[in-house]
Amino acid sequence: MGTPGTYSVLVEVRLRPGIADPQGATIERALPALGLDGVVGVRAGKAFRFEIDADDEATALERSTVVADRVLANPVIEESTVTVTGPVG
Amino acid sequence: MAPRVGVVVFPGTNCEHDAVLAVERLGASADLVWHGDASVEGYDALIVPGGFAHGDYLRPGAIARFSPVMAAVGSFAAAGGPVVGICNGFQVLTEAGLLPGALQKNQGLRFVCATVALRVETDRSVLTAGVAVGTVLTIPINHFEGNYTCDAETLAQLRDEDRVVLRYIDNPNGSVDDIAGVCNAGRNVVGLMPHPERASDPLLGSADGVVLLQALLASALDTAGAGVA
Repeated sequence: MGTPGTYSVLVEVRLRPGIADPQGATIERALPALGLDGVVGVRAGKAFRFEIDADDEATALERSTVVADRVLANPVIEESTVTVTGPVG
Repeated sequence: MAPRVGVVVFPGTNCEHDAVLAVERLGASADLVWHGDASVEGYDALIVPGGFAHGDYLRPGAIARFSPVMAAVGSFAAAGGPVVGICNGFQVLTEAGLLPGALQKNQGLRFVCATVALRVETDRSVLTAGVAVGTVLTIPINHFEGNYTCDAETLAQLRDEDRVVLRYIDNPNGSVDDIAGVCNAGRNVVGLMPHPERASDPLLGSADGVVLLQALLASALDTAGAGVA
């Protein structure tokens, strides 16, 4: 906290609970064919990594959350989790 | 007087010439409007046609929403101007917040290319004014992400306000409540997955899209009369 620098950001985007996920369902149905039984609740999503220059970790998180909410995820059907680590440089 | 139609073109749009030809054959004049243009001045109606705007990267319509032309499209819509988004154009309009809901991947994860039957659900929209409710139209669809989704509250609102414009008779993609097209609260912005411009001549297999495009052009003339543009 309070360290200016470049922070590393991971944004995970997934469909909101209750939104049908045909991709996850298809993967789940395919797994038993490989003998991988008992895998349930598969949900497909996306992950994004980027770096951001900020004065401190809180600011990096705040600005990355704007990127996630306004661009990377469609709030109508998706939600996101933002993880900030660093500074890395 | 011939209505002037602007057809918005993003990098990756591929149905713009079909849209231009279809409305020109109905007596309109039409121009392509590049996505980098920040103005849609002089047009009486706008079409956001199908294709793969900005490669459909991230999500269909997600990047297109940030193109300069979209601010102008938003102002035009806010002033009551008729705007129709077809297929990818529908996706662009939902991403831009001009229409509610979202289009996600088809149920069954199949790209669907078929000619389907649609039922006109309201005549209170710029695309269906004057078309009798219950009319069945045969129009092609051609999409991977046409599965219309919205939350229960939005769906109830769309129904209560008579804003479901078209429904599939035999749901091809998993869309909630068989929805093929919706309109905004002002009823001047319509999005639909089917392609009326591809059903604009019997030679194409169907001319059922003509009544929709005619309704749009009639709405455009009203716009011209009201001086919206």
